[in-house]
Amino acid sequence: MKRILSYLKPFRLRMTVGFFIKVTGTMAELILPYILTHILENVIIQQNVSKIVFYGIIMVLFSIVACLGNIIANRMAARVTTNFSKAMRKDLFTKTLYLSSADTDAFTIPSLESRITTDTYNVHNFIGMMQRMGVRAPILLIGGISLTLIMDSALALVMIATLPVIFITVYSISRKGVPLYTKVQKSVDNMVRVAREDVQGIRVIKALSKNEHENRRYYKVNSELSKQEKHAGTVMGIVNPIMTLLMNLGIAAVVAVAAVRVSKGLSSPATVIAFMQYFTLISMAMMSLSRMFVTYTKCAASANRIAEVLDTPDKFTITEDTRKDENIHICFDNVSFSYFGKKQNLQNISLSLKKGERLGIIGATGSGKSTFIKLLLRFYEPESGEIRINGRNITSYSREELSSMFGVALQNDFICADTIEENIRFGRDILEEDIIRAAKTAQAHDFITATENGYAHMLSSKGTNISGGQRQRILISRAIASNPEILILDDSSSALDYKTDANLRRALDENMAESTVITVAQRVSSVKNCDHILVLEDGKVIGQGKHEWLLENCAEYREISESQMGGAFVE
Amino acid sequence: MNKTVRKRDNKGIMLRLGRYVLNQWHLFIPAVIFTLLSNQLSLLGPRYSGAAIDAIEAQQGVNFPVVWENVIKMIVCYALSAILSYVLAVIMIHLSQKITYKMRKELFEKLNTLPVGYFDTHPTGDIISHLSYDIDTINSTLSHDLVQVMTSVYTVVGSLIFMWQISKPMILIFVFTVPVSVFFTRYRSKKVRPLFRKRSKKYGELNGYAEEMLSGARTIEAYGRQDVISDRFNDRNESAMNAYYDAEYNAAMLFPTINLINNVSIALVAIFGGILYMYSQSGEILAGSAFFISLGGVAQFVQYSRKFAGPINEFSNILHEFQSAFSAAERVFRILDEAPEPLDLPDAKELKDVDGNAELDNITFGYTPEKTILKNVSASAPKGKTVAIVGPTGAGKTTIINLLMRFYDPQSGEIRIDSIPSLKIKRSDLRLAFTMVLQDTWLFHGTIYDNIVYGRENASMDEVKAAAEAARIDGYIESLPDGYNTVLSDDGVNISKGQRQLITIARAFLSDAPMLILDEATSNVDSRTEIKIQDAMNDLMKGRTCFVIAHRLSTIQNADTILVVRDGEITEQGNHDELIKLGGFYSTLYNSQFS
Repeated sequence: MKRILSYLKPFRLRMTVGFFIKVTGTMAELILPYILTHILENVIIQQNVSKIVFYGIIMVLFSIVACLGNIIANRMAARVTTNFSKAMRKDLFTKTLYLSSADTDAFTIPSLESRITTDTYNVHNFIGMMQRMGVRAPILLIGGISLTLIMDSALALVMIATLPVIFITVYSISRKGVPLYTKVQKSVDNMVRVAREDVQGIRVIKALSKNEHENRRYYKVNSELSKQEKHAGTVMGIVNPIMTLLMNLGIAAVVAVAAVRVSKGLSSPATVIAFMQYFTLISMAMMSLSRMFVTYTKCAASANRIAEVLDTPDKFTITEDTRKDENIHICFDNVSFSYFGKKQNLQNISLSLKKGERLGIIGATGSGKSTFIKLLLRFYEPESGEIRINGRNITSYSREELSSMFGVALQNDFICADTIEENIRFGRDILEEDIIRAAKTAQAHDFITATENGYAHMLSSKGTNISGGQRQRILISRAIASNPEILILDDSSSALDYKTDANLRRALDENMAESTVITVAQRVSSVKNCDHILVLEDGKVIGQGKHEWLLENCAEYREISESQMGGAFVE
Repeated sequence: MNKTVRKRDNKGIMLRLGRYVLNQWHLFIPAVIFTLLSNQLSLLGPRYSGAAIDAIEAQQGVNFPVVWENVIKMIVCYALSAILSYVLAVIMIHLSQKITYKMRKELFEKLNTLPVGYFDTHPTGDIISHLSYDIDTINSTLSHDLVQVMTSVYTVVGSLIFMWQISKPMILIFVFTVPVSVFFTRYRSKKVRPLFRKRSKKYGELNGYAEEMLSGARTIEAYGRQDVISDRFNDRNESAMNAYYDAEYNAAMLFPTINLINNVSIALVAIFGGILYMYSQSGEILAGSAFFISLGGVAQFVQYSRKFAGPINEFSNILHEFQSAFSAAERVFRILDEAPEPLDLPDAKELKDVDGNAELDNITFGYTPEKTILKNVSASAPKGKTVAIVGPTGAGKTTIINLLMRFYDPQSGEIRIDSIPSLKIKRSDLRLAFTMVLQDTWLFHGTIYDNIVYGRENASMDEVKAAAEAARIDGYIESLPDGYNTVLSDDGVNISKGQRQLITIARAFLSDAPMLILDEATSNVDSRTEIKIQDAMNDLMKGRTCFVIAHRLSTIQNADTILVVRDGEITEQGNHDELIKLGGFYSTLYNSQFS
């Protein structure tokens, strides 16, 4: 919670000003019953109508001050809340993007998503409420109490005696509330997860007529969420009645004590009337406070979830490495890696690539091809061994240096709802002519210009409005548009027909001769012209060399190759 | 014109929300009763305290027995009222949870009936935002504010009655101030409503963008674009927050202004009450006259008028919440009102013992009316035969599959299964007649077993294992520490794309549908594994009518019919030898592999 509240710091001045305006307004409101008492107690006796009217008008004036003060303060509060949430949500989102792959896996995407949306919303709600009511309520409370103390301290003390009881009760209940609302948010995560899966798999679900099954899956998470909410609500629901009850018992006690005091001439009936007035105000303040407590509990649970993400240490540490190697561009030096520490997903991989060389990686499903790429991109860190680029360990490169070297087209990669041009540019500083050149190399230019709006053609999220082959060519255009030092094509031409694929290879050789290219593929034809081919199986290298050499010396490679000869791929 | 339509919409939303509440009458009625009782009790409180004060200021000194009696009455009243209000709170939580549960359920069920096209055109995050943010907003309004409104109404009426009993003339003050409040509230909320609607919409967009970008987090990282994407997110964040601020800024006026009106009326009560008391004291107003008032009476009147004003105040505050709830409800109802997949025709036939003869007769289709994707396509796939669809990317191959499955319906022409027009077949029967393996694999959070058995729920463990063996994935599954009970997490790292696809193939093996659709079904599987599962795939295809989109020539070569689709038309049709002889696109394509 503290972590999140620190986002309010920049707005201290604004909040202070708002606070004073609010205090003024509230004070003006608080003075009203005092004037009222004055009228009843002192003015009426003077039998002077114009004086009564005069004090009445003063009451109206104070009411106006109260009204204006509240409006201005509330608006300022809205501004603070807005800016606060903006800053917090921005940081949270940015942090989420910078999370390491392992951390993202641990949080899971649906959970991160609901942290960015519902959790920030819960916190936002509380911050707004805190400023709107959090000033008013305590002032009414403190002001009310001090005024009653001035009027008749003995009576006031009777009432004050109830306050500690109230605070202890509320505090202990809300302490219970935080874990309950944490559970609620977790159930929200699950609910969102099922909904998300449903939306993504709608075709399969419909094909198998699994609506009922999906509904049942959803009922489960939905009723769990409902149950948790009920549980939290039932516990927190007790705050308000207890608070009201204790306050009202206070009133009863005041009346009783007042009776004794009046009979002894220590107090006047008019004072008692004024007391009742303040009591109403005070108990209203208590009601607001109790509502705030409930919102606070919810907020604290959410704030913890947000802080959890924000406080995840950045595992992208940068080491010092001054080595240099003009000769070797990319070097894997005895690299091993495991996702879960059980099975080795890559084992003792060593290889060196010179600048401009082509590396092909081939192997069965799950053999570690994509893992190889993920390590090179530093999505995960190797367990042992090191990866060097230009002689330097990749851990010595900053994020920017590293990513600016690469052009990457991954398997089933990401297309966002934007124009074709922007999907290729992907937020980088790339000239239009370079984009067109890249698209031409990627064999995408022709189909792009054939669309209605050419490069300005809008793609839908995940590129559902173009075909798989078109999608892949846009991804390849994106990868080569920045003329990267290292180009990675991870199974990214599988949907292309034979001819287009061949044209693409030729164009890459011509236009990207300077770049070191790593191709992960299932087709031998896609890698057979590479300078090095790596054959992987179960995370181990079972063959490494050129096409001809591998055909002779690597049984598995030969098998793959032969399997594809008679039935080269067409579409 | 536009304005009147919108106005009616708002009434509609209110009625609809009201219906949800009334459906839970067995909770709602007790809630109303408890509200009444609890409020009745807390209204009695000031009355007893007034009586006690009158006893305190009695002419002949403090009348203790009366004071004690009233104090005890007060305590009893308040204690009962507290108990009742807790019970009420619990009832309300149940009520609001029942309603939100139901709404979420209905919304989700509705989603499953929507045509695939809806999901192709709406971002996932925005859809989910309806289920989370919007329904949440409605929930908090229902659970907090519904009681408030009921309480308010009751308190207002109750206070009015008590005030009437104390002093009729002074009630006149409220005849002026209350309409002013009502008028002002209505005027403001009319202004503020569109702002709240905008706010909900912007939140939805923000969520949609967050969801979309999170799904591409690794690519964004690879390109080092975190800051750019973050900036773009922030543009949406900014406009969502500005929408929030606009709504808030304009709503901020309401509460203090209503408060002002109330304070003014209390000032008026003080003035007139003071004057009346003065004349009552001096004897100019006789006891028994409507104008007569005691000091205790003035005190009570003031207290009741505060009680009276409080809810009106609160109401204007709540109205603000109601605004958000209304725009959220509007968004939810919009999905609920979305046209579902058209119902099966009343004379739709059940499809039993399908032979698997499929025919496409002169089909024309476009996803949007302006752009035709398929033009006059005709083809037939007799029982047990394999039809391969070949053509450049984007020619409309997958669209044919979409039409076969009735994910979309053609603009003209007819698809027939066993000579029955597919529009006249129950949709679920039609779909179950097909087994489908797609390029985009879909697995859900659950065990591997759950994911495979999804193909046929009554399959035994042995059958599941056999299917996995056929798909050459059994060995891998058994090598996992938890075997078939391994939980797959979405976007998880523990399983590769190819392995995911093999699991979906295993799922297909379980199905006994007479027709099979393979849309790049092995695109993520390496060719060695593909060859290993080829026999099994042949088994799978045996005896079934198959539609195959593939890039492996051998699969296509052996097909009974090859359809060459180019620019939405079938340009060549025949078996391999015929098409080679024809010397068209197919033969060029075929021969290109040897060049």
